Amino acid sequence: MKLKKNFDAVEFLKNNLVPIMFIVICAFCIPLSGLSPSYLLNEIVTRMGRNIFLILSLLIPIMAGMGLNFGMTLGAMAGQIALIFVTDWQIWGIPGVVLAMILSVPFSVLLGLLCGKLMNMAKGREMILGYMMNYFVTGLYQMVVLYFMGSIIPIKHAAIRLPRGFGIRTTVGLANLRQCLDNQFAITIQGVKIPVLSFIIIAVLCVFIIWFRRTKLGQDMRAVGQDMEVAQAAGINVDRTRIIAIIISTVFAGFGMIIYLQNIGNFPTYTAHSQIGMFCIAALLVGGASVEKANISNVFLGVILFHTLFIVAPRAGAAITGNAMIGEYFRVFVSYGVITLALIMYEVKKRRARSQGGQLLAQAQKEGGVQA
Amino acid sequence: MRSIKKDFFGNQVLTDINFTLGAGQVLGLCGENGAGKSTLMKILFGMDVIRETGGYEGDILLNGERAVFNTPFDALEAGIGMVHQEFSLIPGFTATENILLNREPQKKNVISEVFGSRLNTLDYKEMDRLSAQAIQKMGVEIDAKMLISSMPVGHKQFTEIARELSKDQMKLLILDEPTAVLTEREAEALLESIRSMAARGISVIFITHRLREILAVCDQVVVMRDGKVVRDIPAGETSVEDITRWMVGRDMQAAAAPAPEAAKAENTNAKTVMSIRNLWVDMPGETVRNVSLDIQEGEILGIGGLAGQGKLGIPNGVMGLYEAGGTVEFEGQAIALNSPRKCLDSSLAFVSEDRRGVGLLLDESLEWNVAFSAMQIQNKFLKPLLGGLVKWRDEKAIHAVTQKYIDQLQIKCTSSKQKARELSGGNQQKICLAKAFALEPKFLFVSEPTRGIDVGAKALVLEALRKFNRESGVTVVVISSELEELRQTCDRVAIISGGQVAGILPAAASSEEFGLLMVSKVI
Repeated sequence: MKLKKNFDAVEFLKNNLVPIMFIVICAFCIPLSGLSPSYLLNEIVTRMGRNIFLILSLLIPIMAGMGLNFGMTLGAMAGQIALIFVTDWQIWGIPGVVLAMILSVPFSVLLGLLCGKLMNMAKGREMILGYMMNYFVTGLYQMVVLYFMGSIIPIKHAAIRLPRGFGIRTTVGLANLRQCLDNQFAITIQGVKIPVLSFIIIAVLCVFIIWFRRTKLGQDMRAVGQDMEVAQAAGINVDRTRIIAIIISTVFAGFGMIIYLQNIGNFPTYTAHSQIGMFCIAALLVGGASVEKANISNVFLGVILFHTLFIVAPRAGAAITGNAMIGEYFRVFVSYGVITLALIMYEVKKRRARSQGGQLLAQAQKEGGVQA
Repeated sequence: MRSIKKDFFGNQVLTDINFTLGAGQVLGLCGENGAGKSTLMKILFGMDVIRETGGYEGDILLNGERAVFNTPFDALEAGIGMVHQEFSLIPGFTATENILLNREPQKKNVISEVFGSRLNTLDYKEMDRLSAQAIQKMGVEIDAKMLISSMPVGHKQFTEIARELSKDQMKLLILDEPTAVLTEREAEALLESIRSMAARGISVIFITHRLREILAVCDQVVVMRDGKVVRDIPAGETSVEDITRWMVGRDMQAAAAPAPEAAKAENTNAKTVMSIRNLWVDMPGETVRNVSLDIQEGEILGIGGLAGQGKLGIPNGVMGLYEAGGTVEFEGQAIALNSPRKCLDSSLAFVSEDRRGVGLLLDESLEWNVAFSAMQIQNKFLKPLLGGLVKWRDEKAIHAVTQKYIDQLQIKCTSSKQKARELSGGNQQKICLAKAFALEPKFLFVSEPTRGIDVGAKALVLEALRKFNRESGVTVVVISSELEELRQTCDRVAIISGGQVAGILPAAASSEEFGLLMVSKVI
């Protein structure tokens, strides 16, 4: 039963199908798009600063065996609510961002707790549950933002209120928060702007995640993620550990959303969060992660590949067909396709592992390993 | 460890068990399936099942004090460790991580001071030291840094034992069939480590079907049968043959099977209806390794053996419910494995041991249950409408056939429209049989037909099988853990041991012969 040590090309291809596919597509599209390298690099760096924090928030639930946390959108909503308040109170710049992050925590914790409790009731079906939770909590969010803000919850400034007196306008402008993190300590190297502070924050989170794996809680999460029953038998409180994993993820997703929106500078109040989960998960999967295994390098690779395609696909589409919409269409189609592919591969791999037992038996028989 | 005494009433699984185990001694516990070994150990280990089913009577005395374990954690605290038959290891962790699972030494840090001890970092150096210590205590070399998923089975077993040994307070270790999955050499190493543990003053209760191992390592042997301790003697004063006899036991005279039936078996050895060659089946817990078997037309063949030796895997593999390989020929034609539909199409039928899971549609009426397979497979009970474009269920025919079997098998129910879930276990079993009979198969596998049903129903089910066999000339293969039952019902009995056929005996052979076969190849 010796495991093959030497490099197996076919196996490597099988295991890294998605990233390889993306590298090929990107390599094909970049020259077609006709974009200058410095422009491309600038865009990619900007988007890394914008998205990585959000995607990192997905790692901890995967470690705890809860799959891709589609419920991260809940954190995004918490972040948006916090941003609405901060905008109304007109606290600008970095203090505004920090306050928004602090404000988002109670909302995130509450939503994460709800999400975690429900996921414990539906073990093994966390992903579909998280996905459906989005729609459910989006309803709550819209009710709060559309009817309660301005009527029950005081909103002072008419600029963000709907003309009828309550509810928030369809777009919240964050002009005074815009890129305040990114511009802090930013340096420009050969026309490529590097948002140093954003990257420092991301680095801190990466260090936290690496450190977290080495804590008791992290160890427990890994144990729970691999075998809940064994973990339970060893005295680990499985349900509580899982809830904590989801809460941490939701809180980070809230922070991530605030970082994301301060980069963009405004957000559509009612829909900003809706695609976030999908795109983050797609990016993570493009980076070579699977439902049960993901690490920081997957996040970075995923962001670079997925967003390169983001940038070049419309131009490439325009160059080939004369219509930028084709590229855009292609990009959306690909991101959903990647998620589907990753989910199928996960099941296929599990089944393959199961049939391996049979192969071993057949082999043992052939070798006469089973003797009287 | 003095005078462990237990009575367990309720359904009388254990009656008046007494035994004593001294510190640093090894006690071998053996007995047939259902003798009560597992139940006894579950009581000792405070498993939830025991409390949920009404607790137990009697006392466990630990160092002269009465001990009550409500949960396994209580038992662990008191210094009792158990290595279960199934591994409970985390596959993606190293041996060290598994050994110290949830007992990892930790280091405090700034963040954990604020947010609580769960954010302590693990002390990897200390972990390595403790696991090395436990492994050394066991006296066997395993790689502490290796992932469990890439370990051979034997090392997994050692990891489990090391985990128990790493608990400081460990005084009594229960090993439930630890050698069942080991190769000869690994088993030898395990026995060696049991000896060295005993030398360090740890008492061991060693449950196994491999009797030679018991004699090799134990100080004392306790033989159980039907919930009673039949023998409790020092290992030096006994032999494999003695233990076998005590295990299988019963009254030797009563073991004589119905003689006329046996005579019949010899007449019918004319034609082989099914021949199985080099079958392997990957059924968890019932692995079949290499089975070759010829089944004769019109006979009732019994397949017996100890639990976990692979007897259940045979029908499940042939019928395609678990992944299998090898060749199976039925009436001279090869049958595709891993395809239940093809088996059913060639007139094979299977009554599964998993009555509620595979056997029945619990929330449907009895009529549906009886007719369902026949409708699906053979288009029976269907009326063509519109020139065969639409097929309509023939409710009348379904009702008639269900009623027939209800009468024939004496199924107790309010009507043939009752839901299968509402019936008792025995009657559910009869419905399963009726369902198979309705297929009018040429060949029938019946797996554990009497599991969990009462004596009266048992007799009826067996009688129905025999009648079905004699009257319709159907070849029947009965798989059962209860040897007596096989000997009463069947013409020949094949014993499966270690995933292979250990031997085939006529039903009239003596209990001892069967007993020896059962343990002959146990691995």
